[in-house]
Amino acid sequence: MGRVVLVTGVAGQLGSQTARRLAADPAVDKVVGVDVLPPRGELAGVRFVRADIRNPVIAKVLAVEDVDTVAHLGVYASGGRLGGAVSTKEANVIGTMQLLAACQRAPGLRRVLLKSSTGVYGSSSRDPAVFGEHTPPQRPPTAGYAKDCAEVEGYLSGFARRRPDIAVTVLRCADLLSARLETPLGRYFRLPVIPRVLGFDPRLQLLHAEDALDIVQRAVTHDRPGTYNVAGHGVLLLSQAVRRLGKLWVALPAIGFGPAGQALRRTSRVDLAPDVVDLLTHGRVVDTTAVQASFGWAPRWSTARTLTDFATEVGQGPVGADRVRQAEQALLASLTRGR
Amino acid sequence: MADAEVIPLGEPLGTRGRPGRGSKNATPSQAARSLAPTRPKRSPKAERPDAPAVARIRRVTPPESPRHTSTDDPADSSSTDVAQPARDGGGGDRVAAALAFVRRRLTGDYDIDDLGFDRELTSAVFMSLLRPLAQRWFRIEVRGIENIPAEGGALLVANHSGTVPLDALMTAVVVHDHAGRYVRSLGADLVFALPLVSELARKAGVTLACSEDAERMLQSGELVGVWPEGFKGVGKPFSQRYKLQRFGRGGFVSAAIRTGVPIVPCSIVGAEETYPLVGNVPALARLLRVPYLPITPFFPWLGPLGLVPLPSKWVIEFGEPIRTDTYAESGADDPMLVFNLTDQVRETIQQTLYDLLVHRQHVFV
Repeated sequence: MGRVVLVTGVAGQLGSQTARRLAADPAVDKVVGVDVLPPRGELAGVRFVRADIRNPVIAKVLAVEDVDTVAHLGVYASGGRLGGAVSTKEANVIGTMQLLAACQRAPGLRRVLLKSSTGVYGSSSRDPAVFGEHTPPQRPPTAGYAKDCAEVEGYLSGFARRRPDIAVTVLRCADLLSARLETPLGRYFRLPVIPRVLGFDPRLQLLHAEDALDIVQRAVTHDRPGTYNVAGHGVLLLSQAVRRLGKLWVALPAIGFGPAGQALRRTSRVDLAPDVVDLLTHGRVVDTTAVQASFGWAPRWSTARTLTDFATEVGQGPVGADRVRQAEQALLASLTRGR
Repeated sequence: MADAEVIPLGEPLGTRGRPGRGSKNATPSQAARSLAPTRPKRSPKAERPDAPAVARIRRVTPPESPRHTSTDDPADSSSTDVAQPARDGGGGDRVAAALAFVRRRLTGDYDIDDLGFDRELTSAVFMSLLRPLAQRWFRIEVRGIENIPAEGGALLVANHSGTVPLDALMTAVVVHDHAGRYVRSLGADLVFALPLVSELARKAGVTLACSEDAERMLQSGELVGVWPEGFKGVGKPFSQRYKLQRFGRGGFVSAAIRTGVPIVPCSIVGAEETYPLVGNVPALARLLRVPYLPITPFFPWLGPLGLVPLPSKWVIEFGEPIRTDTYAESGADDPMLVFNLTDQVRETIQQTLYDLLVHRQHVFV
C-alpha cells in the first residue's frame, strides 16, 4: 500500500507549495488537499477537497481517501487570509480539535505532522538566550498566533498520548521571511519606516520558505517522531536587519508600542500583536541541532541570506548599502585630497 | 579587617595539577594544560589590544565568520570591502579604516553570535570608552593575570560591589587588555528588562545568569564571568564593605563541573569605595521594581555630579584556577560537592580580599 497524504491549509501559500512538492515526490502516491477556500493556482496531481476542518466531514475524507499521513499546515497568523484575530483563532484551535478528533477514529493513520512556530517559547527578559526543544517558556505567549500554536501543540500531545501507535512530528519553525510569501515579519519589514522598541535590540532568526518546504516534505516522507526547532543558521539583530534592508526606523518607547500597533492595524495589514511586540522587544533564538541530527538535514539559507534574498526581491530602502558606500567613497576622496 | 575569621576547609579540593576528566579525553584538555604554571607564551602581538582600536578591527573579527563559510548558500553575493586601508602607513589609512568601520555599522555588515555578542563593537567602542576609566581614573593594578587560561572555557568568579556594577565592566577591560580574552558575563534578568541596558549588555556579550546559557558558553570555550553575590553584593551598605554575601545557590559551580572547566577566583578591591552606599529607600525601590535605590554621600544631593564615581585605587587579583574536570559529570548533581566547592571559591576570594586590604596603603592613592 502506498502513501496517502492529507494536507490541510492547502489554499495557503505554504500549503499549496507543499502539496505540489509532495505530488511530485515518488515516495507519495496520493496527495489530498483540504481547505475552506479554493487554492489560487493549479494544484497538479493534488486531489482537492473543499472542506472545513472545523466540520466533522473531515472524518469522512480521512476514511474515504484511506489517508495514512496528515500534514497539518492550517494554523495561521491573524491578519492573513482568514481575517481578524477572533476568526483566525477559531479556525486554528477548533479546526485542529476537529481534525485530531477525526484522526483518533482513523484506524489506518500512521503519521501526523504539525507545522508550529517557535513563538510557543514566548519571549521575555527571563528566558535563556537560546531555546532548546525542552526549555520551558518563562512567560508563555498570551495572545495571537503564538498562543494558538501553543494550544494546538497541547491538543496534539494529548492526541499522541491517546494514539501511541501514531508517529507525531512537530516542526517549530522560526519566522518565515520571503518576498513571495505573505508573512507577519514580511509585512513588518515592508513598512516604509520600521517601528522599533526604544532601548531594545532583539535577536531574530529567520527561516527561508524553501527550507520550510524542504523540512516539511522530509517530515512527511520520513519517520522521525518528536518536536524539532527549525531555523536558519546565525542570528541578526533587528537593527542590523533594518540597516541591511536600508530602511529608516523610528524608536518608540515600549509603552507607546501597543497604540502604534493598533494604528498600524487600521491603516495597513501589519498586525503588531502582543506576541510580535514581545519578539520585537526581547527576540528569540532556538537551538536547531536536534533537527539536523535527526533528519540529517541543514537549512541551506542562513538567517542573513534569507534577509538578503528578501531585500533583493523587495528592493533596498533609502539608506541602502550602495548609497552608503558611495558616500564613503566621496568622503574618503575629499579627505585624502585635502591632505 | 585582617583579623576576620575564615574557616579553612579541611581537605583542599581539586587535583592540584594532575590530569583530570577533561572533555571526555584521556589527555588533559587544552584549558587544563594551559593552567600549568609555565604558561605557553603567546606572541606579544597576538590579541594584544593596545593598538588603536579601529586599526585592530580586521584582526579581531573572527576569520571564519558564517558569511564566508556558508558556501552552499544559494545566493552568495559576498560583499567586498571597498575601503580596504592602503598600506602606506600614513594617517590616510586610519581615516579609511574609520570610514570603513562607520560604513559597516551603517549597513549592518557585521556578525554577531547566537547570544547577540558583537565582537567588533565591543572591542572598538565599548573597550575604548571604558579603558580610560580603568587606566586613568581607577588606575587598576592587575595581579595574577597568568591564571586566566589562554584558551578554552573557564569560569571567572568575582566579588560584586559598589552600588553600580562597574567592577564587572572593569574586569572585562583588564582581561581584554592583559589576557586578550573577552569576558562573557552573566547578568541578572533585570539587566535584560531595562531599555538601553538590555541592548548594550547583549552586544557586550552579557547573557542571562541561568544554567542553560552558562553551560552553552562554557562548552563553546568562552571565558564566562559570574558575580554570584548579585544584587546582595552591589547593593550592600558601605559598612559591610568587603564582606562577601551569600554566593547564590552554587549554580555556577554546577555549570563548571558539568562542563569540566576551571574556576578562576577573582578578587576586586577598590570598587566598594566608588559609590559608598550609605542609605537605601526600599519603599521607592519596590515601587520602581528595582532591588534597591541607593543614597550615596553625593547622590542624589549633587544631581548628575553625584553619578561620578570616586577615584579609588583598584586592585584586581586573579587567583589560582580550581580544576573541576577531575569530578565526574554527575558531580554537578551532588549538592555536598557543589556546596563545598562554592565555599572554597568564596573563602579564596574572601581571604584574598583581606590580604589585599591589609597591604593597601590608602583608598585613593
